[in-house]
Amino acid sequence: MKKPSLTFLLAASTAWLLFQHTLAQAADGKLPLTGGVSTIDGAAGGGLTPWAVTGSYATQGEFGATAHATVVKTGDYDLLAYGATVSWGDRIEASLARQDLNAHDNLKPLGLTGLHLKQDIFGLKLRIAGDAVLNSDSWMPQIAIGVLHKRADPAALKATLTGPLGAKASGTEGYVSATKLFLASGILVNATLRVTEANQNGLLGFGGAQSKGVQVQPEVSLAWLVNRRLAVGVEARAKPDNLNRGALGTGALKEDDWYDVFVAWAPSKTVSITAAWVDLGRIAPAVQPRRQTGAYLSAQLAF
Amino acid sequence: MRKFLYTLGLMLAAGLMATAAHAADDGLYRAFGEKAGIAALMSDFTGRLKVDPKIGVYFKETKPAALAESLTDQICKLTGGPCDYEGAPMDKAHRDLEIDRAAFNRLVEVLQDAMDARGIPFGTQNRLLALLAPMHRDIITQ
Repeated sequence: MKKPSLTFLLAASTAWLLFQHTLAQAADGKLPLTGGVSTIDGAAGGGLTPWAVTGSYATQGEFGATAHATVVKTGDYDLLAYGATVSWGDRIEASLARQDLNAHDNLKPLGLTGLHLKQDIFGLKLRIAGDAVLNSDSWMPQIAIGVLHKRADPAALKATLTGPLGAKASGTEGYVSATKLFLASGILVNATLRVTEANQNGLLGFGGAQSKGVQVQPEVSLAWLVNRRLAVGVEARAKPDNLNRGALGTGALKEDDWYDVFVAWAPSKTVSITAAWVDLGRIAPAVQPRRQTGAYLSAQLAF
Repeated sequence: MRKFLYTLGLMLAAGLMATAAHAADDGLYRAFGEKAGIAALMSDFTGRLKVDPKIGVYFKETKPAALAESLTDQICKLTGGPCDYEGAPMDKAHRDLEIDRAAFNRLVEVLQDAMDARGIPFGTQNRLLALLAPMHRDIITQ
């Protein structure tokens, strides 16, 4: 089956962005950094976890958009992620993202050299209640629900993944996020529950022959606003482990939870840069047993 | 999963420590330089509002000195100082002004600029903003 061309959609949204940017002033009705940064899955949030905020600085009655590119370089793998979001009224956000994991020659034992695992992600997020920033006299967070529809392209690994391992090539995740800025102390807390069957976020497909089915996984972020334009924080994201007892042998494709420590800097409302140290745990330990830790660098443009 | 729970526990502890409520005393009032400091800040702030390209229009008819005096009393009282605020309630004062969320947030930024200009530390700024932010319910009318 031919997949819809994400390149085309990205090009179209970029053209729309430029058009909007040229004709109108960029949306800037929100306070700096309160639109979060871009996750690797495209939705606004932290780096690995979606938050209840919508991307860009568009507030009530405004349209806004973001475009981002992210590189993650661990000991043995490289991940490139890029995409865009469009938001309206700090209410609804649509996102598109493409991920490309360069496995280099790590899968040589399986006869797969230079393997790239890719996926396209279509996201939709709806803020259903609350205001993360202004309700500083209450514990009520901002709450959003979202979906991420993921279409993986595991290339030459596809036959093994969808055959003996019993995974599917596409899947849809649902999530609910609660975000609260404790304004007096400048501390932002996010908690997300993701309903998912994804293996390594979807890059290794969804589910598996021994999978327990769709699970609810918790994700948390904690950030401290150093000043108006700078935030530092940590994230932890629990993940399923569907392929651990798969056909390649127990532990061969075990996966671990993800962690990161980040610094996000927004020199203006148009640009933000996020740098992080990530721990992605083991990725296909049968061929590469060490934990994949490394650097994460992301740039976002907002309009 | 154990590492995840451990991390979660640490994060919660850090978050709780950081969000522990400040005692209701006049510490914030003193941090802003008492009444003289607040008055100087409000004088600068209202001057900035008047010429702001985005929200200056809301203050076209406003006398900056009178607004500064009223705001000074209000913030003096809010921060625990010995003042009475005798101006109009926030909802009545803004009822006919058609203020939206973007305008409210812009005002917050102008206040941050004024506080930056006076060298007020970011943490102190946020403690004041946390007292003011809930007023959005009465001020945003659109």
